[in-house]
Amino acid sequence: MEGIKDKVAIVGMGCTKFGELWDKSIEDLTVDSCYEAFEDAGIDPKDIQAAWYASRESGFTGAHLARALKTNYLPITRVENFCCGGQDVLRNACLGVASGVYDLVLACGVEKTKDHHGGFGLFIQEPLDRGMTEWDIPPASQFGQYATRYFYHYRDYYKWDFEGFKRVLAIIDVKNHDNGLLTPKAHLHRKITIEDVLTARIISWPFTLYDACGMSDGGAAAIVTTPEIAKTLRKDYILVKAQALATGAAQSTMHPEFDFVHIPENVAAAKAAYQEAEITNPREEISIAELHDCFSSTELITIEDLEFSPRGKAPEDVMAGRFLLKGEQPINTDGGLKCFGHPLSASGLRMTYEIYKQLQGKVDNPERQVKNPRLGLIHNVGGNVGIHVSAVTIFGLPE
Amino acid sequence: MVGVTAYGTYVPLFRLDKKVIGGKGEKAICNFDEDSITMAVEAINNCLKGKDREMVDSLYFGTTTSLYKEHLGATTIAMASDLKENVYAAEFGSSLRAGTAAFKAGIDAVKAGSAKNVLVSAADCRLGPPGSALERNFGDGAAALLIGDTDVAVTMEGTYSVYNEIIDVWRSDADRFVHTWEDRFAIEQGYLPSMHQAVAGLMEKFHYKPSDFAKVVFYSPDGRRSTQLARGLGFDIKAQLQNPLIDIMGNTGAASALMLLVATLEEAKVDDLILLASYGNGADAFACRVTENIDKIRGQGLGLNGNLASKRVMTDYLKYLRWRGILPIEKTPGPVAAYSAVAAKREYDRNISLHGSRCNACGYIQYPPQRVCTHCYAKDQMEPYSFVGKKGKIFTYTLDYITPRAEVPTVTVEVDFEGGGRIQCYMTEVDVDRVEVGLPVEMTFRRYTLWEEIALREGVYLYFWEAKPLRA
Repeated sequence: MEGIKDKVAIVGMGCTKFGELWDKSIEDLTVDSCYEAFEDAGIDPKDIQAAWYASRESGFTGAHLARALKTNYLPITRVENFCCGGQDVLRNACLGVASGVYDLVLACGVEKTKDHHGGFGLFIQEPLDRGMTEWDIPPASQFGQYATRYFYHYRDYYKWDFEGFKRVLAIIDVKNHDNGLLTPKAHLHRKITIEDVLTARIISWPFTLYDACGMSDGGAAAIVTTPEIAKTLRKDYILVKAQALATGAAQSTMHPEFDFVHIPENVAAAKAAYQEAEITNPREEISIAELHDCFSSTELITIEDLEFSPRGKAPEDVMAGRFLLKGEQPINTDGGLKCFGHPLSASGLRMTYEIYKQLQGKVDNPERQVKNPRLGLIHNVGGNVGIHVSAVTIFGLPE
Repeated sequence: MVGVTAYGTYVPLFRLDKKVIGGKGEKAICNFDEDSITMAVEAINNCLKGKDREMVDSLYFGTTTSLYKEHLGATTIAMASDLKENVYAAEFGSSLRAGTAAFKAGIDAVKAGSAKNVLVSAADCRLGPPGSALERNFGDGAAALLIGDTDVAVTMEGTYSVYNEIIDVWRSDADRFVHTWEDRFAIEQGYLPSMHQAVAGLMEKFHYKPSDFAKVVFYSPDGRRSTQLARGLGFDIKAQLQNPLIDIMGNTGAASALMLLVATLEEAKVDDLILLASYGNGADAFACRVTENIDKIRGQGLGLNGNLASKRVMTDYLKYLRWRGILPIEKTPGPVAAYSAVAAKREYDRNISLHGSRCNACGYIQYPPQRVCTHCYAKDQMEPYSFVGKKGKIFTYTLDYITPRAEVPTVTVEVDFEGGGRIQCYMTEVDVDRVEVGLPVEMTFRRYTLWEEIALREGVYLYFWEAKPLRA
């Protein structure tokens, strides 16, 4: 298996402001994100040869993209893969170029969660493939089960009472709020304290309101091409070093020996990505990362799954400030899902946008520009316990 | 010799303190996710504990609160009780005598030789109009009796029935709440004469005198009419009459007579003669004899007294009204999936019977049932594996405060079972202060209220199993 390493380049990106965009339509978000990407790449929209469009619940075929951009009978495929939709649409676009079939393609992810009552459906319209009475458990409960177990698993080691564990999660929340405050396009701009997190109302024990990410509207897009063509367009294109996707088969909820302090889909995706990018020490080699922080504990657990911290040691690194903007390995420098927001299928491309700008040294606010990052990583995890889909992509600058 | 070979009963965990509706005492009330079907399943699981369910060849269910005009509640009960497919499932309704009608039909079927073992269950969850005397009077509960001809613990010596055409207590096709005519008319022209006639007829036909009976079990519409009836028939109230338990349980309708019979059997002695009579547009009377087998069938689960002792008293009347669907609860936001009868039927084994599967290649137990083993990847080597009655422990959990459900917080758990298998599911009847990793739980058959909107829109009720703390 050859892999994707250095076979494709990203030459342009766009991202809308995320938020409660009451007066923006799906079409608006598509046009705004794609045209920013076209302009960034310096290409004419007519040069695009194929497109991939990601949406969880804002449009069911590629026609939404065609109608917005007026693409002229181009092939467009819609990709849906829960919270990994944005990353998977990029992956499919990259495969289209790496295969040699296309030279210049578009990947776009858009979601209008706020057009739905209650944000992204707490209860998602299910395909008619099941009788429905089997469990259908909302996201906060799904991810909360990991948090509860993490606390029980390590409480003796850390000599935690529950508030001690909550403080670790709160440090993550505060960090992401601090980063979001510096990000113009982020949804939530508000400084919070550890006490704010601890005293907020409980939404799904052990989570308080501040442990959950914002549900937002937004769109993001990328232009993918070959490294050869990329060189003719700009100097600071970025290269895809690895792409991996892992889908669970419900093992976690069927195997009593599963410990609930890691997400096996994360581990599988990370392992494949590191192998492809030839990374042996992610803690040292990954300069900067955007992790899927739908809930604070998801970020904590993912830090270990991606080997940024040894097993059980993420809380120590979190407390030591390792993942702060000015720390050794900054995570979610744009505020993450927590503050940038989480329009499901746009999130993976939004993370790519942040890494792309960071690697180029062109972040919208110099205050949060990381110094000389070499390799950047993005990660998403979606779906339910046991049948998560996890995705990891690694980017780097050309030598 | 034909008669009862096993018994079980179920009273819901919750009691409504009748103070909040202007009465005295308590009444047993279904949780928001319970109904006559789920209570019957609980009583049956209690009755069949440790028994081979293959031997049951008929299920007779008696209730006035079946959920459908057309669609058998008995089949849902049969499936949830893991009865074999060729069980004759039938339902008795439209009368408070539905419970004893099912009982009599069960006895007759075994006597006639058309069945070897008939499972009889009765359950009711009746609604009086809010604020009415009926609302104060009604309680919810279920009973189950296994009828057979070997190892009989209670034999049937005789039965006698009368009918009485009268509009005393009724509920039409279109009514949600039960109606009643003036109490004095209902009692003096309905209950008392019919019950008297049936019991006197039984005693005359089989040559019993009142002193022959160790215990007298009468359905009673309230706390004192059975006393009046017994006195009129010449029974010793203190020594013979079974307390109708109205003050602590409520009038459990079609389930009442059989639940009270179970209460009597829990204390009966060998050779006791028991008189059982129930009312509803007439009356049924039974003479039953306790045999030496009675001690062998005792001690199944909590029993009626244990059920009554194990309780959580509720004083929130508005909550009670929401539980019964009389007041609306917050709607689920967003689109709700369409119901598919086809997909539902395909998944009844997992959702109604709570079957997982056990891999014959590696022995691994898994839920829901799989075709390809999640452990050794063998294909189509599975056999069904039931989790009903298995004890489990909470491995991890959350308390969700934002999911719109009648019970907040909504608790979701991963349960690990003795003997293998893990299930992710909702939990019910949680004491939030006591839920923790390692808490022992068992599975309980419940109505799936998260999809209540589907029930309202399409008239379909969905059921599923949830974990609950062990009841003690």
